[in-house]
Amino acid sequence: MIVTTTKGDMDDSLLKKREGSVNNDNESTTWVEYWLADELVHRSAHVRLKKPMVSTSEAGSFKNG
Amino acid sequence: MANTQAMCTSFKTEILSGIHALGTTVIRAGTGADTLKAALYLASATVNAATTAYSVTGEVSGTGYSAGGVTATNATAPTSSGTTAYWTPSASFTYTTVTLTTSFDCVLVYNSTQSNKAISVHTFGAQTITAGTIVLSMPTNDSTNALIRIA
Repeated sequence: MIVTTTKGDMDDSLLKKREGSVNNDNESTTWVEYWLADELVHRSAHVRLKKPMVSTSEAGSFKNG
Repeated sequence: MANTQAMCTSFKTEILSGIHALGTTVIRAGTGADTLKAALYLASATVNAATTAYSVTGEVSGTGYSAGGVTATNATAPTSSGTTAYWTPSASFTYTTVTLTTSFDCVLVYNSTQSNKAISVHTFGAQTITAGTIVLSMPTNDSTNALIRIA
């Protein structure tokens, strides 16, 4: 597979691949890195938002004075 | 029968479509939906509920990233379920082949049609991207998960 890197397109067989993930209440994230020796040449991430905020509304009341 | 105090659900949905103007409003150019955009911000930035409009201050910069971010795909109109009005972009926010070496953890959704006024701020774990792609996938567009909900 060809990977876009800081050194141009490279075959992944030439690179070391690292992957990781984070899964919590807020997000589900995966990332992938490709390293050429000790140099990071590619990193992508996919973040899935899981816990967007909600705005609440309320109708006011007329109170007896 | 009995009367029940409530914020009308139709009103919540119509707020999202700009139907009501309880204060001074703007002259709109047409009846179509506004163009919304999504900009990424550095983890060191201060973007929050007090943010009123898009700003380049604190925005990420790097190869392949255009200031202002990407346009949100908006193919699904706001709607409601139960007493919650909601809306979600109809596609992920995708920043393709970028290099963003300073960590970022936030996306600001804003209205580029209306003077870049801010809509919402969404945070996530800090990321960097190197000659790669950052994809922000949208939650399910329903009353409990949608990106923007007015309950």
